Amino acid sequence: MLYREVGEFKTSYQSDQQTFPITSDRLVVLSLIFIAFFVIPFFITEYMASAIVLPFLIFGIAALGLNILTGYCGQVSLGSGGFMAVGAYSCYKIMTSFPDLNIFFCVILSGLVTGVVGLAFGLPSLRIKGFYLAVSTLAAQFFLVWAFTKFPWFFNFSASGQITANERLMFDIPVSGANVAAPVAYLICLIFFVSLAFIARNLTRGSLGRKWMAIRDMDIAAEIIGVNPLTAKLSAFCISSIYIGISGALLFCLYFGAVEAGDAFGIDKSFLILFMIIIGGLGSIFGSIAGAAFLVAMPVILKNIMVDFLAWPVDLASHFEFLIIGALIVFILIVEPHGFAMLWRIIKEKLRLWPFPH
Amino acid sequence: MSKQKAPSERQNSYVTADGRTIGPAVMEMKNITLRFGGVIAIQGISFDIHEGEIRAIIGPNGAGKSSMLNVINGFYHPQEGKIIYKGEVRRPLKPFEIAHQGIARTFQNIALFKGMTTLDNIMTGRLTHMNTGMLSQALWWGKAQREETENRAFAERIIDFLEIQSIRKVPVGRLPYGLQKRVELGRALAAEPSLLLLDEPMAGMNVEEKEDMSRFILDVNEEFGTTIALIEHDMSVVMDLADRVVVMDYGKKIGDGTPDEVRKNQAVIDAYLGVSHD
Ligand SMILES: Nc1ncnc2c1ncn2[C@@H]1O[C@H](COP(=O)(O)OP(=O)(O)OP(=O)(O)O)[C@@H](O)[C@H]1O
Ligand SMILES: [Mg+2]
Repeated sequence: MLYREVGEFKTSYQSDQQTFPITSDRLVVLSLIFIAFFVIPFFITEYMASAIVLPFLIFGIAALGLNILTGYCGQVSLGSGGFMAVGAYSCYKIMTSFPDLNIFFCVILSGLVTGVVGLAFGLPSLRIKGFYLAVSTLAAQFFLVWAFTKFPWFFNFSASGQITANERLMFDIPVSGANVAAPVAYLICLIFFVSLAFIARNLTRGSLGRKWMAIRDMDIAAEIIGVNPLTAKLSAFCISSIYIGISGALLFCLYFGAVEAGDAFGIDKSFLILFMIIIGGLGSIFGSIAGAAFLVAMPVILKNIMVDFLAWPVDLASHFEFLIIGALIVFILIVEPHGFAMLWRIIKEKLRLWPFPH
Repeated sequence: MSKQKAPSERQNSYVTADGRTIGPAVMEMKNITLRFGGVIAIQGISFDIHEGEIRAIIGPNGAGKSSMLNVINGFYHPQEGKIIYKGEVRRPLKPFEIAHQGIARTFQNIALFKGMTTLDNIMTGRLTHMNTGMLSQALWWGKAQREETENRAFAERIIDFLEIQSIRKVPVGRLPYGLQKRVELGRALAAEPSLLLLDEPMAGMNVEEKEDMSRFILDVNEEFGTTIALIEHDMSVVMDLADRVVVMDYGKKIGDGTPDEVRKNQAVIDAYLGVSHD
């Protein structure tokens, strides 16, 4: 079957505004979602879930969030790790304070708490821009991690300094903590991932998204056109933080089970998420997802090749892993500075015309 | 001997040579003075803009014309003077609040949103007419979708009007200069402004593009009845388009009246036409 939009004439603005205006795109995405919900849960193994699928879904949510702030609204943030920590620690406090609250509510509430914190740390963006703003978000990163290790109230005065997700049940099945079965953890993360991707797409295609992009492209012109910079920037900070907070909460209660802010949510996480959106494509929902998939899968694939296939020692392989991934990122950015999203667009434009390029 | 009153001194409506009726003043600037440190960009200038007219502001480089538009849309706040908009004294407002009052503009140096398509730029110009809540937008349900479709229809009317259908989905950064100027006009028109400010809409264009742009400006004024204040260096264009002209030099007003009156004004001839301009 050819990939075609020939013969597809849009007869209403509604159909032209669809997320996937080309029918075959729509079918592919719908079948992917169907497979993700109704097929994969029956096959997913512990290893697949913990090595690739869960990190992809969880960091994918964070990448969507950061892309709203950085890719769409143009405000660079290096504080994502810190905001993930806010999500994780609020989830812990909420779970221990309300032992009967449904896990979905716990995670959503954690996201909302992070949204409020993100709003506060977004205030400097009204005064400072670019590099200086990045530095202020870096300060937020260090401050938040420091606060979560320094004040024992956050980890309920536990001796280890860790927070631990206690087990809770839904339909008699564990849905949080260390004993969650792979398909259950997968489905919960998938529900969040798909709904948040859907919401991100909607927010960025409407008037709010255009306000963000206007601020990103030329803030003075945006203001003269009627964009209130205060509400536009703060809404981006808030929504982005909600996403990143939810991602942190999921990482804590469905992936690690027990975390310590300094180990799990350090500056390396902030950079990881930033790399995801840069090589995926700034200002693109597809790019956030592709970037997350790439940076989650690449190390696993490389490790498999080097350790299992070439039988290299593990420590040597892990050094090479860094080197190769670093080199790959540089290479991709040289080939296409706008990331996977742009590559994909170019391929699609070619495909649309193939095999008759003129 | 009593001199006939120039239209600029009239308080109320008048009829133009080509028979259009011009309404009362929509914008009155009274004794505006704007300083940047020691530089006086605008010095005690008063003039008004009537409903439905095309009002030109001319003057040599650095005369303070762009600064005047920046005062009108709230980007600069004058140290002295009063601004009366639609009959009321305007308190100092932020530029985005003034946009919501119905004042839109284009810029001397194009200020489009480079990463967005033509359509998105024009839709962004429409945002003062869009107020769906965040929740409805997040779910793309009900009002969000309805509002988007309605405003899309309006944006398409502007796209048709400006004859830019073929570049609808092209990121504006890729467009040639002349088309960018046109898209910028479209973005301003999308706001359905009651006062449209154009800062050198034809600068850097070739003759053909200038003719197109002149036609669009006249059509906007005639078909939509939009009040327009524009800055332009090309005297022949100004003479063709404008109902009345303000002439500025070194921050002062040196002339105000119909194009014919201004052309005969000795101060204007000395200051403006004597000075080389581009
Ligand atoms: N933000 C600013 N800070 C300091 N001085 C300024 C500022 N904006 C304008 N000026 C000064 O005010 C004077 C008027 O500038 P303006 O841009 O209004 O002139 P103009 O009539 O639009 O000129 P042109 O035809 O070159 O566009 C100039 O001397 C300029 O240097
Ligand atoms: Mg100027």
